[in-house]
Amino acid sequence: MAMAMQMLLPDWPGNFWAHWGVFVVIIFVFVLATVMGFIWFERRAMAVMQARLGPNRVGPFGFLQPVADVLKLLTKEDVVPAKGDRWVHWLAPVVAVAPMLMIFAVVPFQSGALLADLNIGILYIVAISSVTTVGVFMAGWSSNNKYSLLGAMRQVASVVSYEIPVVLSIIGVVLLAGSLSMQQIVMAQDIPFILLQPLGFLLFFIGALAEINRAPFDLMEADSEIVAGFNTEYSGMKWGLLFLAEYGEALAVSAIVTTLFLSGWRGPVLPPWLWFLVKVGLVFFVIVWIRTTVPRVRIDQLMALAWKFLLPLAVINLLITAVEILAWPEVSLWVMVPVNIAIMIVLVLLWSRFFKLGWGRVEV
Amino acid sequence: MKFERYGIGIAKGLRVTIRHLLRRPVTTQYPEQRLNTSRRIRGNELIWDREKCTGCATCAKTCPQGSIHIVTSVSIEENKYKVEKFEVDTGYCIFCGLCVEACPYEALFMGYAYERARYRRGELVLANEGLLASEERKPSGYAHPEIAATLPKQTLLLDKDRGKR
Repeated sequence: MAMAMQMLLPDWPGNFWAHWGVFVVIIFVFVLATVMGFIWFERRAMAVMQARLGPNRVGPFGFLQPVADVLKLLTKEDVVPAKGDRWVHWLAPVVAVAPMLMIFAVVPFQSGALLADLNIGILYIVAISSVTTVGVFMAGWSSNNKYSLLGAMRQVASVVSYEIPVVLSIIGVVLLAGSLSMQQIVMAQDIPFILLQPLGFLLFFIGALAEINRAPFDLMEADSEIVAGFNTEYSGMKWGLLFLAEYGEALAVSAIVTTLFLSGWRGPVLPPWLWFLVKVGLVFFVIVWIRTTVPRVRIDQLMALAWKFLLPLAVINLLITAVEILAWPEVSLWVMVPVNIAIMIVLVLLWSRFFKLGWGRVEV
Repeated sequence: MKFERYGIGIAKGLRVTIRHLLRRPVTTQYPEQRLNTSRRIRGNELIWDREKCTGCATCAKTCPQGSIHIVTSVSIEENKYKVEKFEVDTGYCIFCGLCVEACPYEALFMGYAYERARYRRGELVLANEGLLASEERKPSGYAHPEIAATLPKQTLLLDKDRGKR
Protein backbone atom coordinates (compact mmCIF):
# COMPACT_ATOMS: atom_id res chain seq x y z
CA MET A 1 0.00 0.00 0.00
CA ALA A 2 2.71 2.44 1.01
CA MET A 3 4.77 1.61 -2.07
CA ALA A 4 1.86 2.20 -4.39
CA MET A 5 1.01 5.41 -2.65
CA GLN A 6 4.61 6.64 -2.87
CA MET A 7 4.76 5.79 -6.57
CA LEU A 8 1.45 7.42 -7.42
CA LEU A 9 1.59 10.41 -5.17
CA PRO A 10 3.68 13.10 -6.85
CA ASP A 11 1.80 15.40 -9.20
CA TRP A 12 -1.28 13.55 -10.15
CA PRO A 13 -3.50 16.24 -11.62
CA GLY A 14 -3.00 14.92 -15.17
CA ASN A 15 -4.41 11.53 -14.32
CA PHE A 16 -7.61 12.06 -12.42
CA TRP A 17 -9.24 8.66 -12.98
CA ALA A 18 -6.16 6.61 -12.01
CA HIS A 19 -5.86 8.60 -8.78
CA TRP A 20 -9.56 8.16 -8.12
CA GLY A 21 -9.48 4.40 -8.78
CA VAL A 22 -6.39 3.73 -6.69
CA PHE A 23 -7.66 5.68 -3.71
CA VAL A 24 -11.15 4.17 -3.81
CA VAL A 25 -9.52 0.73 -3.62
CA ILE A 26 -7.15 1.86 -0.86
CA ILE A 27 -10.01 3.34 1.18
CA PHE A 28 -12.16 0.21 0.81
CA VAL A 29 -9.31 -2.11 1.79
CA PHE A 30 -8.19 0.17 4.61
CA VAL A 31 -11.65 0.54 6.11
CA LEU A 32 -12.66 -3.13 5.86
CA ALA A 33 -9.31 -4.50 7.08
CA THR A 34 -8.99 -1.99 9.90
CA VAL A 35 -12.59 -2.48 11.04
CA MET A 36 -11.99 -6.24 11.24
CA GLY A 37 -8.77 -5.63 13.14
CA PHE A 38 -10.55 -3.20 15.46
CA ILE A 39 -13.35 -5.66 16.21
CA TRP A 40 -10.75 -8.26 17.16
CA PHE A 41 -8.72 -5.67 19.10
CA GLU A 42 -11.74 -4.36 20.98
CA ARG A 43 -12.90 -7.82 22.00
CA ARG A 44 -9.43 -8.88 23.16
CA ALA A 45 -8.57 -5.61 24.92
CA MET A 46 -11.95 -5.46 26.62
CA ALA A 47 -11.61 -9.09 27.70
CA VAL A 48 -8.17 -8.51 29.22
CA MET A 49 -9.42 -5.44 31.07
CA GLN A 50 -12.19 -7.62 32.52
CA ALA A 51 -9.72 -10.39 33.48
CA ARG A 52 -11.03 -12.64 30.70
CA LEU A 53 -9.25 -14.02 27.63
CA GLY A 54 -11.52 -13.06 24.75
CA PRO A 55 -11.78 -14.92 21.45
CA ASN A 56 -8.68 -17.11 21.01
CA ARG A 57 -9.86 -20.14 19.04
CA VAL A 58 -9.94 -19.07 15.37
CA GLY A 59 -6.44 -18.49 14.05
CA PRO A 60 -3.45 -17.24 16.06
CA PHE A 61 -4.72 -15.31 19.14
CA GLY A 62 -8.22 -15.53 17.66
CA PHE A 63 -7.20 -13.09 14.95
CA LEU A 64 -9.55 -14.65 12.38
CA GLN A 65 -12.59 -14.36 14.66
CA PRO A 66 -14.12 -11.43 12.69
CA VAL A 67 -13.73 -13.47 9.47
CA ALA A 68 -15.58 -16.37 11.08
CA ASP A 69 -18.27 -13.96 12.28
CA VAL A 70 -18.74 -12.54 8.78
CA LEU A 71 -19.00 -16.06 7.33
CA LYS A 72 -21.64 -16.88 9.92
CA LEU A 73 -23.56 -13.67 9.12
CA LEU A 74 -23.50 -14.42 5.38
CA THR A 75 -25.14 -17.81 5.89
CA LYS A 76 -27.89 -16.53 8.18
CA GLU A 77 -31.48 -16.10 7.11
CA ASP A 78 -32.50 -12.60 6.14
CA VAL A 79 -35.78 -11.63 7.78
CA VAL A 80 -37.92 -8.58 7.00
CA PRO A 81 -40.74 -8.02 9.53
CA ALA A 82 -44.15 -8.88 8.07
CA LYS A 83 -45.65 -5.43 8.73
CA GLY A 84 -42.36 -3.61 8.16
CA ASP A 85 -41.56 -1.22 5.34
CA ARG A 86 -39.76 -3.61 2.99
CA TRP A 87 -37.90 -1.14 0.78
CA VAL A 88 -36.77 1.16 3.55
CA HIS A 89 -35.69 -1.87 5.57
CA TRP A 90 -33.48 -2.95 2.66
CA LEU A 91 -32.09 0.51 1.96
CA ALA A 92 -31.26 1.50 5.54
CA PRO A 93 -27.94 -0.41 5.93
CA VAL A 94 -26.71 0.98 2.60
CA VAL A 95 -27.60 4.53 3.59
CA ALA A 96 -25.76 3.96 6.88
CA VAL A 97 -22.58 2.50 5.36
CA ALA A 98 -22.05 4.66 2.26
CA PRO A 99 -21.48 8.02 4.07
CA MET A 100 -19.18 6.29 6.53
CA LEU A 101 -16.96 5.23 3.60
CA MET A 102 -17.23 8.69 2.04
CA ILE A 103 -15.74 10.30 5.17
CA PHE A 104 -12.39 8.70 4.34
CA ALA A 105 -12.23 10.51 1.01
CA VAL A 106 -10.71 13.55 2.72
CA VAL A 107 -8.66 11.86 5.46
CA PRO A 108 -4.95 12.30 4.64
CA PHE A 109 -3.00 9.05 5.13
CA GLN A 110 0.20 10.98 4.55
CA SER A 111 1.20 14.22 2.86
CA GLY A 112 -1.11 14.57 -0.13
CA ALA A 113 -2.24 10.95 0.07
CA LEU A 114 -5.97 11.46 0.08
CA LEU A 115 -8.72 10.88 -2.44
CA ALA A 116 -9.73 14.53 -2.71
CA ASP A 117 -7.99 17.45 -1.00
CA LEU A 118 -11.19 19.45 -0.64
CA ASN A 119 -10.66 22.99 0.55
CA ILE A 120 -13.74 22.49 2.78
CA GLY A 121 -12.57 19.07 4.00
CA ILE A 122 -13.73 19.18 7.62
CA LEU A 123 -17.04 20.82 6.68
CA TYR A 124 -17.58 18.00 4.19
CA ILE A 125 -16.96 15.45 6.97
CA VAL A 126 -19.43 17.17 9.31
CA ALA A 127 -22.04 17.22 6.54
CA ILE A 128 -21.60 13.67 5.24
CA SER A 129 -21.30 11.98 8.62
CA SER A 130 -24.77 13.17 9.64
CA VAL A 131 -26.29 11.21 6.74
CA THR A 132 -25.54 7.97 8.61
CA THR A 133 -28.18 9.05 11.10
CA VAL A 134 -30.77 9.01 8.32
CA GLY A 135 -29.86 5.37 7.63
CA VAL A 136 -30.18 4.53 11.32
CA PHE A 137 -33.54 6.30 11.52
CA MET A 138 -34.72 4.44 8.39
CA ALA A 139 -33.71 1.18 10.07
CA GLY A 140 -35.65 2.08 13.21
CA TRP A 141 -38.72 3.28 11.32
CA SER A 142 -39.02 0.45 8.82
CA SER A 143 -38.75 -2.32 11.44
CA ASN A 144 -42.27 -1.55 12.74
CA ASN A 145 -41.02 -2.24 16.25
CA LYS A 146 -41.32 0.11 19.19
CA TYR A 147 -37.83 -0.66 20.47
CA SER A 148 -36.31 0.00 17.06
CA LEU A 149 -38.14 3.30 16.74
CA LEU A 150 -37.20 4.31 20.27
CA GLY A 151 -33.53 3.57 19.58
CA ALA A 152 -33.64 5.50 16.32
CA MET A 153 -35.32 8.47 18.02
CA ARG A 154 -32.61 8.53 20.65
CA GLN A 155 -29.96 8.39 17.95
CA VAL A 156 -31.47 11.36 16.11
CA ALA A 157 -31.86 13.33 19.35
CA SER A 158 -28.27 12.73 20.39
CA VAL A 159 -26.81 13.54 16.96
CA VAL A 160 -28.82 16.76 16.69
CA SER A 161 -27.65 17.84 20.15
CA TYR A 162 -24.03 16.77 19.94
CA GLU A 163 -23.44 18.08 16.43
CA ILE A 164 -23.37 21.64 17.82
CA PRO A 165 -20.57 21.35 20.45
CA VAL A 166 -18.61 19.09 18.07
CA VAL A 167 -18.74 21.62 15.25
CA LEU A 168 -17.99 24.52 17.61
CA SER A 169 -14.91 22.73 18.92
CA ILE A 170 -13.81 21.97 15.35
CA ILE A 171 -14.04 25.70 14.56
CA GLY A 172 -11.40 26.35 17.23
CA VAL A 173 -9.02 24.09 15.33
CA VAL A 174 -9.97 25.70 12.03
CA LEU A 175 -9.23 29.15 13.48
CA LEU A 176 -5.77 28.00 14.55
CA ALA A 177 -4.99 26.31 11.24
CA GLY A 178 -6.56 29.01 9.10
CA SER A 179 -8.02 26.46 6.72
CA LEU A 180 -10.82 23.91 6.43
CA SER A 181 -8.71 21.55 4.32
CA MET A 182 -7.60 18.43 6.23
CA GLN A 183 -4.22 18.59 4.51
CA GLN A 184 -3.68 22.21 5.56
CA ILE A 185 -4.81 21.48 9.11
CA VAL A 186 -2.16 18.77 9.42
CA MET A 187 0.48 21.03 7.86
CA ALA A 188 -0.33 23.77 10.39
CA GLN A 189 0.27 21.50 13.41
CA ASP A 190 3.88 22.19 14.37
CA ILE A 191 2.51 21.77 17.88
CA PRO A 192 -0.23 19.12 18.02
CA PHE A 193 -3.52 20.96 18.52
CA ILE A 194 -4.37 18.73 21.48
CA LEU A 195 -1.94 20.95 23.45
CA LEU A 196 -3.22 24.23 22.02
CA GLN A 197 -6.89 23.19 22.20
CA PRO A 198 -7.14 20.83 25.19
CA LEU A 199 -10.70 21.90 25.97
CA GLY A 200 -11.67 21.66 22.31
CA PHE A 201 -10.22 18.15 22.19
CA LEU A 202 -12.17 17.09 25.29
CA LEU A 203 -15.45 18.48 23.94
CA PHE A 204 -14.88 17.02 20.49
CA PHE A 205 -14.01 13.60 21.86
CA ILE A 206 -17.05 13.41 24.17
CA GLY A 207 -19.34 14.70 21.44
CA ALA A 208 -17.91 12.32 18.86
CA LEU A 209 -18.38 9.36 21.22
CA ALA A 210 -22.03 10.34 21.58
CA GLU A 211 -22.50 10.78 17.84
CA ILE A 212 -21.14 7.37 16.92
CA ASN A 213 -23.13 5.89 19.84
CA ARG A 214 -20.22 4.27 21.60
CA ALA A 215 -20.29 3.58 25.32
CA PRO A 216 -21.06 5.36 27.62
CA PHE A 217 -23.50 7.01 25.20
CA ASP A 218 -24.68 3.77 23.55
CA LEU A 219 -28.25 4.04 24.71
CA MET A 220 -29.53 3.98 21.13
CA GLU A 221 -28.89 0.26 21.20
CA ALA A 222 -28.94 -0.23 24.96
CA ASP A 223 -29.44 -3.99 25.10
CA SER A 224 -30.64 -3.95 28.70
CA GLU A 225 -33.49 -1.49 28.13
CA ILE A 226 -34.55 -1.45 24.45
CA VAL A 227 -33.30 -4.87 23.28
CA ALA A 228 -30.88 -3.71 20.57
CA GLY A 229 -32.37 -0.42 19.48
CA PHE A 230 -32.53 0.17 15.75
CA ASN A 231 -31.01 -3.19 14.80
CA THR A 232 -33.44 -5.33 16.78
CA GLU A 233 -35.21 -6.58 13.63
CA TYR A 234 -32.07 -6.97 11.52
CA SER A 235 -30.37 -10.26 10.81
CA GLY A 236 -27.73 -11.65 8.49
CA MET A 237 -25.55 -9.38 6.40
CA LYS A 238 -27.91 -6.41 6.73
CA TRP A 239 -27.15 -6.41 10.44
CA GLY A 240 -23.51 -6.90 9.46
CA LEU A 241 -23.61 -3.71 7.39
CA LEU A 242 -25.10 -1.73 10.28
CA PHE A 243 -22.36 -3.13 12.50
CA LEU A 244 -19.76 -2.20 9.88
CA ALA A 245 -21.15 1.33 9.76
CA GLU A 246 -20.87 1.60 13.54
CA TYR A 247 -17.25 0.43 13.70
CA GLY A 248 -16.37 2.35 10.54
CA GLU A 249 -17.59 5.49 12.29
CA ALA A 250 -15.43 4.66 15.29
CA LEU A 251 -12.50 4.34 12.87
CA ALA A 252 -13.50 7.62 11.20
CA VAL A 253 -13.61 9.39 14.56
CA SER A 254 -10.17 8.01 15.42
CA ALA A 255 -8.88 9.24 12.06
CA ILE A 256 -10.47 12.69 12.46
CA VAL A 257 -9.17 13.10 16.01
CA THR A 258 -5.74 12.07 14.74
CA THR A 259 -5.92 14.59 11.91
CA LEU A 260 -7.37 17.51 13.85
CA PHE A 261 -5.68 17.18 17.22
CA LEU A 262 -2.76 14.74 17.08
CA SER A 263 -0.98 16.27 14.05
CA GLY A 264 -2.09 13.51 11.65
CA TRP A 265 0.69 11.74 9.82
CA ARG A 266 3.44 13.98 11.16
CA GLY A 267 6.05 12.50 13.45
CA PRO A 268 9.75 11.67 13.69
CA VAL A 269 11.60 8.53 12.51
CA LEU A 270 8.69 6.34 11.38
CA PRO A 271 7.16 6.71 7.89
CA PRO A 272 4.14 9.07 7.86
CA TRP A 273 1.48 6.45 7.00
CA LEU A 274 2.68 4.30 9.91
CA TRP A 275 2.48 7.29 12.25
CA PHE A 276 -1.08 7.81 11.06
CA LEU A 277 -2.02 4.17 11.75
CA VAL A 278 -0.31 4.19 15.17
CA LYS A 279 -2.18 7.33 16.23
CA VAL A 280 -5.50 5.99 14.94
CA GLY A 281 -4.93 2.77 16.90
CA LEU A 282 -4.07 4.77 20.01
CA VAL A 283 -7.26 6.84 19.81
CA PHE A 284 -9.30 3.67 19.26
CA PHE A 285 -7.68 2.12 22.32
CA VAL A 286 -8.83 5.10 24.38
CA ILE A 287 -12.37 4.60 23.03
CA VAL A 288 -12.27 0.93 24.08
CA TRP A 289 -10.78 1.90 27.42
CA ILE A 290 -13.65 4.32 28.08
CA ARG A 291 -16.15 1.66 27.02
CA THR A 292 -14.85 -0.81 29.59
CA THR A 293 -14.83 1.81 32.32
CA VAL A 294 -17.89 4.03 32.21
CA PRO A 295 -21.46 2.73 32.65
CA ARG A 296 -24.22 3.83 30.29
CA VAL A 297 -25.86 7.24 30.91
CA ARG A 298 -29.59 7.91 31.01
CA ILE A 299 -31.28 9.77 28.17
CA ASP A 300 -31.87 12.89 30.30
CA GLN A 301 -28.21 12.88 31.35
CA LEU A 302 -27.26 12.56 27.69
CA MET A 303 -29.28 15.59 26.63
CA ALA A 304 -28.29 17.65 29.67
CA LEU A 305 -24.61 16.94 29.08
CA ALA A 306 -24.88 18.22 25.52
CA TRP A 307 -26.89 21.38 26.17
CA LYS A 308 -25.78 22.40 29.65
CA PHE A 309 -22.17 21.26 29.73
CA LEU A 310 -20.66 20.87 26.27
CA LEU A 311 -22.43 23.69 24.44
CA PRO A 312 -21.53 26.60 26.80
CA LEU A 313 -17.98 25.32 27.15
CA ALA A 314 -17.67 25.03 23.36
CA VAL A 315 -18.86 28.62 22.89
CA ILE A 316 -16.45 29.89 25.55
CA ASN A 317 -13.62 27.88 24.02
CA LEU A 318 -14.35 29.36 20.61
CA LEU A 319 -14.38 32.87 22.08
CA ILE A 320 -11.10 32.36 23.94
CA THR A 321 -9.41 30.90 20.86
CA ALA A 322 -10.60 33.78 18.69
CA VAL A 323 -9.37 36.34 21.22
CA GLU A 324 -6.00 34.62 21.52
CA ILE A 325 -5.55 34.58 17.75
CA LEU A 326 -6.75 38.16 17.19
CA ALA A 327 -5.20 39.90 20.19
CA TRP A 328 -1.86 38.13 20.52
CA PRO A 329 -0.90 36.84 17.06
CA GLU A 330 2.77 37.54 17.82
CA VAL A 331 3.01 35.51 21.05
CA SER A 332 4.70 32.14 20.63
CA LEU A 333 2.27 29.23 20.55
CA TRP A 334 4.31 27.42 23.21
CA VAL A 335 3.31 30.14 25.70
CA MET A 336 -0.31 29.41 24.90
CA VAL A 337 -0.03 25.71 25.79
CA PRO A 338 0.07 26.07 29.62
CA VAL A 339 -2.38 29.00 29.46
CA ASN A 340 -4.92 26.94 27.52
CA ILE A 341 -4.51 23.89 29.76
CA ALA A 342 -5.09 26.10 32.82
CA ILE A 343 -8.16 27.63 31.18
CA MET A 344 -9.50 24.13 30.45
CA ILE A 345 -9.07 22.96 34.05
CA VAL A 346 -10.71 26.10 35.46
CA LEU A 347 -13.66 25.94 33.05
CA VAL A 348 -14.30 22.22 33.57
CA LEU A 349 -14.21 22.60 37.36
CA LEU A 350 -16.49 25.64 37.20
CA TRP A 351 -19.04 24.01 34.93
CA SER A 352 -19.01 20.81 36.97
CA ARG A 353 -20.33 22.92 39.84
CA PHE A 354 -23.03 24.47 37.65
CA PHE A 355 -24.14 21.16 36.13
CA LYS A 356 -27.56 20.19 37.53
CA LEU A 357 -30.48 18.10 36.41
CA GLY A 358 -34.07 19.19 37.06
CA TRP A 359 -33.01 22.29 39.08
CA GLY A 360 -30.95 20.07 41.35
CA ARG A 361 -33.81 17.74 42.24
CA VAL A 362 -32.53 14.85 40.12
CA GLU A 363 -29.26 13.23 41.09
CA VAL A 364 -26.71 13.53 38.31
CA MET B 1 -21.40 10.49 36.12
CA LYS B 2 -20.91 12.58 39.24
CA PHE B 3 -20.12 16.00 37.82
CA GLU B 4 -20.04 17.50 41.28
CA ARG B 5 -16.88 15.50 41.66
CA TYR B 6 -15.31 17.09 38.59
CA GLY B 7 -14.83 13.85 36.68
CA ILE B 8 -12.46 12.44 39.30
CA GLY B 9 -14.61 9.34 39.57
CA ILE B 10 -14.20 8.67 35.86
CA ALA B 11 -10.43 9.12 36.14
CA LYS B 12 -10.31 6.64 39.01
CA GLY B 13 -12.35 4.15 37.00
CA LEU B 14 -10.01 4.54 34.04
CA ARG B 15 -7.06 3.80 36.33
CA VAL B 16 -8.72 0.63 37.61
CA THR B 17 -9.38 -0.71 34.10
CA ILE B 18 -5.88 0.08 32.86
CA ARG B 19 -4.47 -1.84 35.82
CA HIS B 20 -6.59 -4.81 34.88
CA LEU B 21 -4.93 -4.72 31.47
CA LEU B 22 -1.70 -5.87 33.09
CA ARG B 23 -3.37 -8.48 35.26
CA ARG B 24 -3.55 -12.21 34.58
CA PRO B 25 -6.88 -13.39 33.23
CA VAL B 26 -8.73 -15.71 35.62
CA THR B 27 -10.20 -17.83 32.82
CA THR B 28 -9.26 -21.52 32.80
CA GLN B 29 -9.27 -23.06 29.33
CA TYR B 30 -11.09 -26.14 30.54
CA PRO B 31 -10.42 -29.13 28.31
CA GLU B 32 -6.74 -28.17 27.92
CA GLN B 33 -6.28 -26.79 31.42
CA ARG B 34 -7.67 -28.33 34.57
CA LEU B 35 -7.54 -27.06 38.10
CA ASN B 36 -6.90 -29.47 40.97
CA THR B 37 -10.13 -29.95 42.83
CA SER B 38 -10.47 -29.94 46.59
CA ARG B 39 -8.82 -32.97 48.19
CA ARG B 40 -12.04 -33.72 50.03
CA ILE B 41 -14.26 -33.44 46.94
CA ARG B 42 -17.42 -35.54 46.88
CA GLY B 43 -16.89 -36.35 43.20
CA ASN B 44 -19.67 -37.96 41.29
CA GLU B 45 -18.91 -41.63 41.72
CA LEU B 46 -18.61 -44.08 44.58
CA ILE B 47 -15.53 -46.25 45.06
CA TRP B 48 -16.12 -49.62 46.62
CA ASP B 49 -13.51 -51.92 48.19
CA ARG B 50 -14.65 -55.49 47.60
CA GLU B 51 -12.10 -57.06 50.01
CA LYS B 52 -13.12 -54.97 53.02
CA CYS B 53 -16.86 -55.08 52.38
CA THR B 54 -18.77 -57.50 54.62
CA GLY B 55 -22.17 -56.97 53.07
CA CYS B 56 -23.58 -55.50 56.29
CA ALA B 57 -25.71 -53.05 54.21
CA THR B 58 -25.20 -50.14 56.64
CA CYS B 59 -24.60 -47.92 53.60
CA ALA B 60 -27.86 -48.98 52.00
CA LYS B 61 -29.74 -48.18 55.22
CA THR B 62 -28.22 -44.71 55.62
CA CYS B 63 -28.75 -43.73 51.98
CA PRO B 64 -31.50 -41.04 51.99
CA GLN B 65 -32.25 -41.77 48.33
CA GLY B 66 -32.29 -45.53 48.67
CA SER B 67 -30.05 -45.81 45.67
CA ILE B 68 -27.72 -48.50 47.02
CA HIS B 69 -28.87 -52.04 46.41
CA ILE B 70 -27.03 -55.01 48.00
CA VAL B 71 -27.64 -58.72 47.50
CA THR B 72 -25.71 -61.11 49.75
CA SER B 73 -25.57 -64.86 50.14
CA VAL B 74 -24.25 -66.97 53.06
CA SER B 75 -20.95 -68.72 52.45
CA ILE B 76 -20.79 -71.79 54.78
CA GLU B 77 -17.11 -72.64 54.13
CA GLU B 78 -15.76 -69.15 54.88
CA ASN B 79 -18.37 -68.58 57.61
CA LYS B 80 -19.34 -65.09 56.33
CA TYR B 81 -21.63 -63.21 53.98
CA LYS B 82 -20.67 -63.12 50.32
CA VAL B 83 -21.64 -59.95 48.39
CA GLU B 84 -23.42 -61.09 45.23
CA LYS B 85 -24.33 -57.66 43.97
CA PHE B 86 -23.40 -54.11 45.07
CA GLU B 87 -25.33 -51.69 42.86
CA VAL B 88 -25.54 -47.87 43.01
CA ASP B 89 -27.85 -45.84 40.81
CA THR B 90 -25.71 -42.67 40.61
CA GLY B 91 -28.60 -40.99 38.79
CA TYR B 92 -30.42 -40.89 42.15
CA CYS B 93 -27.30 -40.23 44.22
CA ILE B 94 -27.21 -36.75 45.82
CA PHE B 95 -23.52 -37.05 46.84
CA CYS B 96 -24.26 -36.43 50.50
CA GLY B 97 -21.49 -38.85 51.53
CA LEU B 98 -23.53 -40.39 54.37
CA CYS B 99 -22.81 -43.94 53.14
CA VAL B 100 -19.07 -43.23 53.22
CA GLU B 101 -19.28 -41.87 56.76
CA ALA B 102 -21.49 -44.75 57.89
CA CYS B 103 -19.41 -47.64 56.57
CA PRO B 104 -17.96 -49.39 59.66
CA TYR B 105 -15.27 -51.23 57.67
CA GLU B 106 -13.99 -48.27 55.55
CA ALA B 107 -14.91 -50.09 52.38
CA LEU B 108 -16.65 -47.16 50.67
CA PHE B 109 -15.14 -43.88 49.41
CA MET B 110 -16.30 -40.84 47.47
CA GLY B 111 -14.59 -40.45 44.09
CA TYR B 112 -11.93 -37.83 43.22
CA ALA B 113 -12.88 -37.50 39.52
CA TYR B 114 -15.74 -35.30 38.34
CA GLU B 115 -16.25 -35.93 34.62
CA ARG B 116 -19.02 -38.51 34.60
CA ALA B 117 -21.42 -37.35 31.88
CA ARG B 118 -23.22 -40.23 30.15
CA TYR B 119 -25.41 -40.56 27.09
CA ARG B 120 -27.92 -43.04 28.61
CA ARG B 121 -29.55 -43.14 32.01
CA GLY B 122 -28.81 -46.86 32.25
CA GLU B 123 -25.08 -46.16 32.14
CA LEU B 124 -25.41 -44.25 35.40
CA VAL B 125 -26.18 -47.48 37.28
CA LEU B 126 -22.85 -48.84 38.53
CA ALA B 127 -22.45 -52.35 39.88
CA ASN B 128 -19.72 -54.66 41.21
CA GLU B 129 -16.62 -54.30 38.95
CA GLY B 130 -17.76 -50.87 37.79
CA LEU B 131 -17.40 -49.55 41.33
CA LEU B 132 -13.86 -50.75 42.08
CA ALA B 133 -10.95 -48.32 42.39
CA SER B 134 -8.69 -47.90 39.34
CA GLU B 135 -6.28 -45.36 37.85
CA GLU B 136 -9.16 -43.13 36.65
CA ARG B 137 -11.34 -43.85 39.65
CA LYS B 138 -9.28 -42.62 42.57
CA PRO B 139 -10.89 -42.32 46.01
CA SER B 140 -11.12 -38.79 47.40
CA GLY B 141 -10.16 -37.73 50.90
CA TYR B 142 -13.76 -37.25 52.02
CA ALA B 143 -14.08 -38.65 55.58
CA HIS B 144 -10.66 -40.25 55.04
CA PRO B 145 -7.93 -37.81 56.10
CA GLU B 146 -5.18 -40.39 55.43
CA ILE B 147 -6.15 -40.42 51.73
CA ALA B 148 -6.47 -36.63 51.65
CA ALA B 149 -2.84 -36.33 52.77
CA THR B 150 -1.66 -38.17 49.64
CA LEU B 151 -3.62 -36.06 47.13
CA PRO B 152 -2.27 -32.85 45.46
CA LYS B 153 -3.28 -29.51 46.96
CA GLN B 154 -6.23 -27.69 45.46
CA THR B 155 -5.36 -24.94 42.94
CA LEU B 156 -7.02 -21.63 43.66
CA LEU B 157 -7.68 -18.93 41.07
CA LEU B 158 -5.47 -16.69 43.20
CA ASP B 159 -2.46 -18.98 42.68
CA LYS B 160 0.27 -17.58 40.47
CA ASP B 161 1.25 -20.94 39.02
CA ARG B 162 -1.76 -22.43 37.32
CA GLY B 163 -0.01 -23.88 34.29
CA LYS B 164 0.40 -22.43 30.81
CA ARG B 165 -2.56 -20.58 29.35
